[in-house]
Amino acid sequence: MSGLAKGELAVEIADLTVTFATDGGDVRAVDGVSLFVNAGEVLAIVGESGSGKTVTAKTILGLLPETATTSGAVLLGRDNVISISRSRLREIRGSGVAMVFQEPSTALNPVYAVGWQIAEGLRAHGDYTRSQAKAKAIEILTKVGIPDAKKRVDYYPHQFSGGQKQRVVIAMALVLDPELIVADEPTTALDVTVHAEILDLLRRCRDEFGTAIVLITHNMGVVADLADRVAVMYEGKVVEQADVTDLFNDPQHPYTKRLLAAVPYIGAGTLRTQERAAERSLTARETLVVAENLVIEYPGRFGRHGFRAVDGVSFEIGEREVLGLVGESGSGKTTIGRAIAGLTKISGGSLKVLGHEMLGTNEKSFTPLRSQIGFVFQDPATSFNPLMTIAECVAEPLVVHGRADDARAARSRVDELLEAVQLPKAFGDRYPHELSGGQRQRASLARAIALQPKLLVADEPTSALDVSVQARVLELFAELQREFGFAALFISHDLAVVDLLADRIAVLYRGELVEEGTGAEVLGSPRHPYTRRLLASLPVPNPEEQAVRREELRRLRELD
Amino acid sequence: MATVPATPRRSIWQRIPVIHQFQQSVGLQRGMLVGGLVLTGIFVLTAAFASLLAPYGFSQLKDASGAFDAQQPPSAKHLLGTTVGGYDVLSRVIWGSQTAILVIVVSIVLSIFAGVLLGLVSGYIGGWLDRVLVVVCDAIYAFPTLLLAIVMSIVISGGQSNLLGGIFSAAISITVVFIPQYFRVVRAETVRIKSEAFVESAKVLGASRGRIMFRHILRNATRTLPLIFTLNASEAILTLAGLGFLGFGIEPTSAAEWGYDLNKAISDVTSGIWWTSVFPGVAIVLVVLGITLVGESLNDLADPRLRTRRRAIGIPTMGTESIVPGGSPSALGIGAVARIDEPEARS
Repeated sequence: MSGLAKGELAVEIADLTVTFATDGGDVRAVDGVSLFVNAGEVLAIVGESGSGKTVTAKTILGLLPETATTSGAVLLGRDNVISISRSRLREIRGSGVAMVFQEPSTALNPVYAVGWQIAEGLRAHGDYTRSQAKAKAIEILTKVGIPDAKKRVDYYPHQFSGGQKQRVVIAMALVLDPELIVADEPTTALDVTVHAEILDLLRRCRDEFGTAIVLITHNMGVVADLADRVAVMYEGKVVEQADVTDLFNDPQHPYTKRLLAAVPYIGAGTLRTQERAAERSLTARETLVVAENLVIEYPGRFGRHGFRAVDGVSFEIGEREVLGLVGESGSGKTTIGRAIAGLTKISGGSLKVLGHEMLGTNEKSFTPLRSQIGFVFQDPATSFNPLMTIAECVAEPLVVHGRADDARAARSRVDELLEAVQLPKAFGDRYPHELSGGQRQRASLARAIALQPKLLVADEPTSALDVSVQARVLELFAELQREFGFAALFISHDLAVVDLLADRIAVLYRGELVEEGTGAEVLGSPRHPYTRRLLASLPVPNPEEQAVRREELRRLRELD
Repeated sequence: MATVPATPRRSIWQRIPVIHQFQQSVGLQRGMLVGGLVLTGIFVLTAAFASLLAPYGFSQLKDASGAFDAQQPPSAKHLLGTTVGGYDVLSRVIWGSQTAILVIVVSIVLSIFAGVLLGLVSGYIGGWLDRVLVVVCDAIYAFPTLLLAIVMSIVISGGQSNLLGGIFSAAISITVVFIPQYFRVVRAETVRIKSEAFVESAKVLGASRGRIMFRHILRNATRTLPLIFTLNASEAILTLAGLGFLGFGIEPTSAAEWGYDLNKAISDVTSGIWWTSVFPGVAIVLVVLGITLVGESLNDLADPRLRTRRRAIGIPTMGTESIVPGGSPSALGIGAVARIDEPEARS
C-alpha cells in the first residue's frame, strides 16, 4: 500500500516554469504551472503536443535534459524535486514516484527477462536476495493480471503482446509502492481494444493500491474514462482545472470548449453520408478498385513460411466513393493501401486498380496510371523531402508527369493548390520543418490532389495530429472530396474518424475482412463480435456515458 | 489569414557549413573548432604562399654565396638548420605543405565522387550488385591501409618520382583506401532514406529511379560527408607521410615531402641533430591535429545530443511568438515546440 492516506497531498507543483535552450533561442515550455494531486486520485493533464504537459510530468521525476532551466517548486512529500541532490532524487524515483511510458516496447530492455527488470528496481532500493526479488516480481505480475506469472517472469519482452508489455511496465512502476505514478500517454501506442484493459488496470492501481496518478493524454475519451480531476494545458499554461464531470458538462475556457468540440464521435457522419449517397446515385458509377480474394504475403526468411498480412479480402470502391478501412495495428489495412498504390506486391487473388491487374504486374506498365492515384501518408513529418521547399514538393507530381518543366513553371498551379488546402501562398517558400503538423498534412493533401487523381489513398492521415488539428484536416478532406470528386480509401484505426468521412466502412481483423457496409449498418448494428468489441472499447468523451459503456464492454468480454 | 509574417531565414553567409557551425558552437566545443580552424588556416595559407614564405626552393642546394653546408644547426642563414643532404629545413617544411594539400585535394576529389556514386547506386538498387560491392569494399577495408597504399604506389608510379607522378601515386593509393569509407557511409544513409515516407511518396508519384536517387536521396545522404572529409584529410596526410617515410614517396628533387625528410633524419637523431626530424614531424602533427579538431567538432555540433548550448536565461521568448501562425525561428530547432495549428484562422 502507498504510504499516504486517501486525500493526503501526493504531489504539489507550485509556479513551475521550464525553459529550454534551443538552437532557435530560449523556449519557455511550461509557464507558471501550479497543480496538486491527492493520494488515490487521478489527475489528467490534457493538451496538444507542445502544450507542455509531458515536460510538466517529467519535471516531477527530475527527468528533464540538461538544456532545461527550471524554477518554481515540485513538492513530493517534503522534497522539492527541483533542488534536491542527485542521490536523494535517485531514492525518490521508484519508491516515491514512478513512471509509465508511452511505448512499452521501448521502455523495456529487450535483452533481459521481465522478472529481472522488475527486480532491478527492487535491488536499487533495498536488500533483496535473488529469490526474494523473483518472488516479489511474480507477485506483482500476478497483480497486474499477467496469467501464469510464475512461468512468464522469465520471459523476454518480445514474448508478450503490446497490452501485456504495458502491464509489465505498470508492474515495474508499482513494485516499490510509490505514492505517485506518472503515466505519459499510457494507451496511445496500443490498440483500441487493449485501451480499456490498461485503463482498468490503472483504475485498480488507484483503488487498490491508493496510488495517486498523473495521467498525461490528448485523448478526451481516456480522460472521461479514468480521471477524477482534469487540468487543461495550452501553450505552457494551465488554462482550466476542474472535476471531470464539471469539465465535460460545463467547460469554462474557450480552448477547452474548442478541444471538446473537436473530438469526433460516432454517428456524426451519418447525415452527410446519406446526402452524398443520394448525390452519387444520380450519376452513373464506374468501379475504380476491385479486390477479389486478395492475398498479400510478406516472404519469410530461409524457408520459413511467409507472413500473410492480408488473407482473402474482397471489396470494391466506386467512383466518388469513400471507403473507410478500419482495424487495429497488424490487421493489414496499411498493406492493402500500399498494394493499391503499387508499393507492395500482391501474392494471390486479384486486385484491379483503375482497370489494371496488380497481380504479377511490373512497374513500367503501372507508371502511367500513377498520375490518377494520390497518396497521403501517415506521418507528415517524414513524407516531405526535408531539403525541398513546400512549393517544390507540391510541384513534384506535376514535374514528374510532364505537366510542368520545373518547380518554378508549376508555381501558379502550386499556389492554387495551396489555396485549395487553405494554406497561404507564401508557405510555398518554406521548408517542411517550418510548418506545423497540421499544415504539413494539408500540404501533403495538396500534393496528392495536384494531378486531380481519380483515386486517393489516405493512410491514417490524421493519426499523428492533435485532436483539434485533426478535426480541421478531416473537414478539409471532406471539402476537397466534394469539390474534386475523387474516390478514396481512407485507412484509420479510429472508428469515429472513419465514420465522419466514409460512405462505406470495412472492418479488418487479422488480415480478414470481417464486416463491410454503410456507416449506419456497421456502427449501428454490428454483426461481427470483433466490430462490437471495437465499438465498445472506443472511449467516449463523456464520463457518465463512458461508465455505462465500460459496463457493456465488461459484459461483452465475459461473453467471449 | 491575410498577412503572414515572413520567416526569418538564415542568410547565405550563415548557411555556409563551417560558419554556421561556428555560430552554433559554445564553450569548449567552440574552442576546439576555433583551434582546428586556426591550424588548418595556417596550413592552407602556408601552402598557398609557399613561394613567398620559403627562403629557398625545396630542392635548392646552393645560393649565390655557394653550396649549403650539410647538417647545420639553426642559424640566421638557415633558420631551422639544414639536412644531411644540405637542404634548408625551413624551406622543406614550408614547401611540404603544398605537397600535402595537393595530395589531400586529389585523393579526396577522386574518392568522393566514386565512393558517393557507388554507395548511392548500391544502396538504392540493392540486390546482387549491392552484395558484390559490399564484399569488395569489405575486402579492401580488411586490408592494412599502408600496405595497400605501398602496393598501389608501386603499381602506379612504377619507380617514377617526378612531382605529378609522385602526388598521383600517393593520392590514388589513398583513394583506393578511402572509396570504401565514402561508399559505406553513403550506402548506409541511402538504405535508411530509401524507406522514408518521402521516397515512397516520390515512388507513388511515378518518379523515375534516377530522379529519386539524385533528387530525393543524394542530397539527404551526403550530410555526414564533411565530417568524413575532414577526418580523411588528416588520414591522407598520415598515409602520405608514411609512404614517404618508408621510401615510396616523392624524390627531394621533385617536391618537398615531410615523410621523406623524416626518413632521412633517422640517423641524425642519434647524433644529436634534432632539427632535421623535429620540424617536419611537428608540421605533420599540427596539420593532422588541426584538421582532426575541425572534423571532430563538426561531428559533435552536427549531433543535437552532443552539442552544448548556452544555458537558458529564463526570459521567455516563446510566449508571444507562438501565436504567430505557422512557424517561427524556434521551429527550426529540434521539434521541442510544435505549435497550435491556428484553429481560428480560417480564411
